[in-house]
Amino acid sequence: MSLAAQLPIAAFLLVGASASIGAGLGLLRLPDLLTRMHAATKPQSVGLLLVLVAVGIRFPTGEVITTLVLIALLQLTTVPVAAHLVGRAAYRTGQVRSEDLYVDELAEALDAAAD
Amino acid sequence: MTVVPAVVGAALAVAAALTLARLVRGPSMLDRAVALDVLVAIILAALGVEAIGADDPWVLPTMLALSVVGFTGSAGIARFLVHRDDDAAEDER
Amino acid sequence: MEERPRYSVRVAGRTVQLPLVAWLTLIWLLMGDRFSVANVLSGIAAALVLVVVFPFPPLDPGLRFHPAGFARFAGRFAYDMARAAGPLALQAFDTGLQRRANSVVAVTLRTHSDFILTATSIALSALPGALVVDVRRQTGTLFLHALGAADDAGVESVRRLVLDQEARVVRAFGTREDRALIEGGTNP
Repeated sequence: MSLAAQLPIAAFLLVGASASIGAGLGLLRLPDLLTRMHAATKPQSVGLLLVLVAVGIRFPTGEVITTLVLIALLQLTTVPVAAHLVGRAAYRTGQVRSEDLYVDELAEALDAAAD
Repeated sequence: MTVVPAVVGAALAVAAALTLARLVRGPSMLDRAVALDVLVAIILAALGVEAIGADDPWVLPTMLALSVVGFTGSAGIARFLVHRDDDAAEDER
Repeated sequence: MEERPRYSVRVAGRTVQLPLVAWLTLIWLLMGDRFSVANVLSGIAAALVLVVVFPFPPLDPGLRFHPAGFARFAGRFAYDMARAAGPLALQAFDTGLQRRANSVVAVTLRTHSDFILTATSIALSALPGALVVDVRRQTGTLFLHALGAADDAGVESVRRLVLDQEARVVRAFGTREDRALIEGGTNP
């Protein structure tokens, strides 16, 4: 491959890997479950998507691209679903401390439903 | 094109190590579930880097399979925790 | 929705939704290596078996495709994604470490379609600093954990972000009724 074709691949890979490191750092450093989920869901998806783009540039054939598109779609749709399930479970098992939040309208809604 | 995949692979290994630390430390199962999801995504990215490094897209079906089942771990843990609290009636509404 | 959804036929006493079959066949084709007649036929067969063995609740997807709206939605989605990974990943460190810097905000959408609710919550996952933690389906309410929403203005701006995202989703996929709801009232 020519250098001109390799440069964008290298760039996408490097940025994607640093996004993954960002996700790892956030996961380790942040204080509670919900803020950690922010670090987990976004940089994680972006890092993976950038790597997928790099793979697509490297192997620009139909079968590779369709597989990559499918992986990307699955990633984009399952991450929010998993986050929703985890967030829900966090509330139901009392792992969210409302007093650490400025407003907590979900706790208010759950209280209202319980009454 | 051998240096970049090696560097990126090392960076992903660092990210995986950070994620593993959270996986071990917890403290709750949900923390571990979130870390598990991130770990799956890092493995997926590493497989993509492997395809570029090896100059052969043979790992792509593996990536596809992993991305299909990847989120079932945390989804299962979350469902299990909610149902253990016997909130099933709440779900039916 | 008691009556049969559109574009559906009855097979072996089950309602088979043809759009769902078409979608599953498309996924099958994307997974396979190349397009061929045998591939398409086996995909349709697999999709039919799936929807007959695992009946899907009848749903009118409430889905119309608007190319221009979709292009704008996709562009904005990619832009938000890129922002969420960049400098704003660091925002997590600033706001996460102080107390009472974040909020959980309830936002009730203007449209009442399951599809728009789902698509909006997925699209919101691209927004920096926002995370959907729960959904209430009957009222169409999303509960978001918002980083850095530490005062009333911050909470209001989160509401605005969500409603804007909903408007973009509706302009990409909404039915005429959905669009009327969006265009009818300005943001509350």
